[in-house]
Amino acid sequence: MSRIAPEDAKRVAELARLRLDDAELPAMTAHLERILEYVDLLMEVDTRGVEPTAHAIPLATPTRKDEPTGELTPEQAIANAPAAEGTAFSVPKVFDDEAAG
Amino acid sequence: MTESFGSVGDLRSALDAGQTSSRGLIEHALERAGAVGERLSVFVDLQNDQALAAADAADARRAAGETHSPLDGIPLVIKDNIVQQGERASCASRILEGYVSPFDSTVVAKLRAAGAVVIGRANMDEFAMGSSTENSAYGPTLNPWDLERSPGGSSGGSAAAVAADIVPLALGSDTGGSIRQPAAFCGVVGMKPTYGRVSRYGLVAFASSLDQIGPIGRSAADCAVLLDAISGHDPQDSTSLPEPALTTASTLTGDISGLTIGLPREYFEAEGADPAVLETVRTAASALEAGGAKLVEVDLPHARYAVAAYYLIATAEASSNLARFDGVRYGRRAEGVANLKELYERTRSEGFGDEVKRRILLGTYVLSAGYYEAYYRKAQKIRTLLRRDFDAAFAGCDVLLTPTTPETAFRLGEKTEDPLTMYLSDIYTVSANLAGLPGVSLPCGLAEGLPVGLQVLGRPMEDATVLRVADAYQRLADHHLARPGDLA
Amino acid sequence: MSAHPDYEVVIGLEVHVQLRTRSKLFSTAGVSYGDEPNQHTTPVCLALPGALPVLNAHAVELAIRAGAATNCTIHPTSIFARKNYFYPDLPKGYQISQFEHPLCTDGWLEIETDGLKSDGSKTGGTKRIQLTRIHMEEDAGKSLHDGRADQSRIDLNRAGVPLVEIVSEPDLRSAEEAGFYLRKLHAILRTVGVSDADMEKGQFRCDANVSLRKHGATELGTRREIKNVNSFRFVEAAIEAEIVYQADLLDSGGEVRQATVGYDAENDRLFLMRLKENADDYRYFPDPDLIPLVISQERIDAIRAALPELPDVRRHRFEEAHGLAAADAAKLVGAGSLADFFEAAVAAGAEPKAAAKWLTRDVVAWLNEQERESGDSALETQGFALAPAGFASLLGLVDAGRLTAKSARDLLPDLLAQGGDPESLMQERGLEAVSDSGALEAMADDVLAAQPKAIESFREGDQKAVNFLMGQVMKQSQGKADPAQVRKILIAKLEAL
Ligand SMILES: [Mg+2]
Ligand SMILES: [Zn+2]
Repeated sequence: MSRIAPEDAKRVAELARLRLDDAELPAMTAHLERILEYVDLLMEVDTRGVEPTAHAIPLATPTRKDEPTGELTPEQAIANAPAAEGTAFSVPKVFDDEAAG
Repeated sequence: MTESFGSVGDLRSALDAGQTSSRGLIEHALERAGAVGERLSVFVDLQNDQALAAADAADARRAAGETHSPLDGIPLVIKDNIVQQGERASCASRILEGYVSPFDSTVVAKLRAAGAVVIGRANMDEFAMGSSTENSAYGPTLNPWDLERSPGGSSGGSAAAVAADIVPLALGSDTGGSIRQPAAFCGVVGMKPTYGRVSRYGLVAFASSLDQIGPIGRSAADCAVLLDAISGHDPQDSTSLPEPALTTASTLTGDISGLTIGLPREYFEAEGADPAVLETVRTAASALEAGGAKLVEVDLPHARYAVAAYYLIATAEASSNLARFDGVRYGRRAEGVANLKELYERTRSEGFGDEVKRRILLGTYVLSAGYYEAYYRKAQKIRTLLRRDFDAAFAGCDVLLTPTTPETAFRLGEKTEDPLTMYLSDIYTVSANLAGLPGVSLPCGLAEGLPVGLQVLGRPMEDATVLRVADAYQRLADHHLARPGDLA
Repeated sequence: MSAHPDYEVVIGLEVHVQLRTRSKLFSTAGVSYGDEPNQHTTPVCLALPGALPVLNAHAVELAIRAGAATNCTIHPTSIFARKNYFYPDLPKGYQISQFEHPLCTDGWLEIETDGLKSDGSKTGGTKRIQLTRIHMEEDAGKSLHDGRADQSRIDLNRAGVPLVEIVSEPDLRSAEEAGFYLRKLHAILRTVGVSDADMEKGQFRCDANVSLRKHGATELGTRREIKNVNSFRFVEAAIEAEIVYQADLLDSGGEVRQATVGYDAENDRLFLMRLKENADDYRYFPDPDLIPLVISQERIDAIRAALPELPDVRRHRFEEAHGLAAADAAKLVGAGSLADFFEAAVAAGAEPKAAAKWLTRDVVAWLNEQERESGDSALETQGFALAPAGFASLLGLVDAGRLTAKSARDLLPDLLAQGGDPESLMQERGLEAVSDSGALEAMADDVLAAQPKAIESFREGDQKAVNFLMGQVMKQSQGKADPAQVRKILIAKLEAL
């Protein structure tokens, strides 16, 4: 049974803002399929009651003082920008309805 | 100046004695980088002018009697995913073309303070995703031992630079073995410190919970000097351990009497492992036993699940970490885009190589609605079980000894068609990242003319112990002195 | 007025509140408003390669305070998660928020529903609104649409500014209740110093989830989300418009489709932003650059213990200790630092009820005027040039009959804006009340002599004639006469004629 159909790969690509053209899609889907098939190995492990580990080190997050410091200048901020207008980054028109919340 | 760099200690003595100058060392390194480095595709870029200026500054300090650091005036290379203020950093990716960092990574700041001289940025697998340094926008790095073979990866440029005697030291980063595996393939020493030991600030993140910067050098002793210089708490990295800098270099006594070494049964029985590699590692274990250590067999029952868990966790984190490369604020933007969606999709599709895309897709998939529990969370639970395995194993021994890789350096192109076979070359290394353990790979002989890597894994925080064992081995055997043939 | 008698309205609110910090949540860049684009960024705000987040301790303190002030359970361990989506004002491609393990859950606050019409009936009393959760998260930057028509500009000054998102249960049943809830929440957060909550600056922004169902139904209807409304009045108007929209749609046999809508305040109209065809897929997972946020019970207890008096408690105290009407007490407590000013004025000798009346009526009117002129929305007393003691002495002059209410009202704006001593200003402007009855009688005589027609009307029984004559006398006195005294004199004279 196939775990990942070309439509799934397309949907995931869209989520990841990658574009898979029709020439790339079959190979990419096959690769993902093969990896997921291998990963199914994990299903044989009984993990009921096991806590997930997000980090190997059992620490609490540190905090810092609320002090503004280390700002870049606006010129430094946009120094690497592919496109800028004034001291702002410039992009094709943004429509507010594209925003997530 | 001889053809080969001596140890970092020897270099320092030579500098102190006035037998050489930092300028001399750097010029030599740059010259070799231009010749041998070029041929092997070791570098993404050299920093000739800055390096020479830094060398002169080091010589001036030495002349003024202001030299305090063992690394002052010593050349090294850094992997191209570690940023330096005012310098480019590309992660060997087209998407970061032309990017210049306005800030220093913490490790680079520490190295600057120590007087070490960065001569260039080493080639790597794009965004550290790969085990062969073939996934680079700058083309693959070649293994100094056999130019038709891969140096391993992703820190292939860093390991090759040391193996080819361009520099005595290099920095790499290790997310699933990316320091240790190329060190093994290139016949040098490479260490992944305990997670949190070295600041990740300024390391371009691949998988944040696994990434760790570490040293590559000719010997455990040299790696210890570099590790001591870059380790220590960093308030700019929330995952940094609240511990001062290490002082391991002074603890390498060569004494391993009474030390118990665990040999994980599963690792020596792994399918697909080259018998010659396993035999070489067993021989190394015997040498350590003869040197006073005790050998025991241990079990890591979940070892066989590590690669699967690793690729789920690493790609999930990567899919999110690499979302920032969108062509809006820096890096390359696709030309002539009509709208925002096209800006994102074309910039990212044109800017990332296939392996990076593949991992972003896999990571996005395993985090997406309906799959999170089955894949991502499952992998995190396996991670817990792996940690428990290690805890149990370390109850009965001080370090674990394993092969670093199941085979010696593979041929370029051999594994590029099937990503899974490439992933499986990490079977011995990924567990240390999942569990946060320190691990070092060191050469322990040759198999069919190619270096074999011996891996020493320690308890979390016991970086000094793994280095002590590695150093002791290098006192007992001299495999680290073996050199590839003439590259000139 | 309820235009939807057949339906029960179900509203849940999500409020984003900017925490009052000097620097951002995970970046050390400063927090400011109205500066040049990208004036306040660090590598962290720009999501530069290699940059890492470090949590602002004070933001945590304020978020805990928000939870403590709203009766929440504050969790000793909470986890920052990444909410992944692409948008140009979101530099990392994800927002650091909290998801599975938020800092605060299960809180509540009480709203006063006295005299409120809900479903056309008077409910009365108070109503408890449950809070689902309060979590910490970072704000996004801003897209500016001021330049070329085909381009937007991205300013990341706001990117990474600390917020708490406060999510209510769907316990609200009308636009009015939503308004009361928001005002109460606003007052609480300002009182405990969590936020300045300046709505004009976007420091207190509301999303409203609205659905309708038949009375008695237990299933929730399909909801639409009204995004980002930033004034109490507009939230109420937007919800009211949404209720009408959904009720009409349901009445005509239609089906509500899940959607995000915006509110165009200028035209009092809702507009569709996007239909939510598929559920969003934000791929939340624990942020691997951060480890769990752990807070000791001692710290939580200490923050709770140090909370200032909450608005409800203060309101009750004002009612009981100062005899204020409930409405006046609520207005004072609900309006920024007016309550502090009130207390200081009372301490300086002002009569509490009069002080409350003057503050809630005349001073608030003046503040509203200022607000319209300056565009600054906060009802703040910090900008007053008049000290509470000065205010108390102004009221004292009125009380003593030395200044008429009208004259006091004339002086008030200048005093608030420029300060000064009310008594000297009164004298300087010659506004001291004419209480000398000889002078008033002379004025009354003059007026009566000049207005035979009014006297005629009075004799014919027209009481309004007295008012007219009073007006004439007041005019002659330039408003400085006490109207009651004038009336008394006039009536005596008229009856004696
Ligand atoms: Mg929300
Ligand atoms: Zn939110």
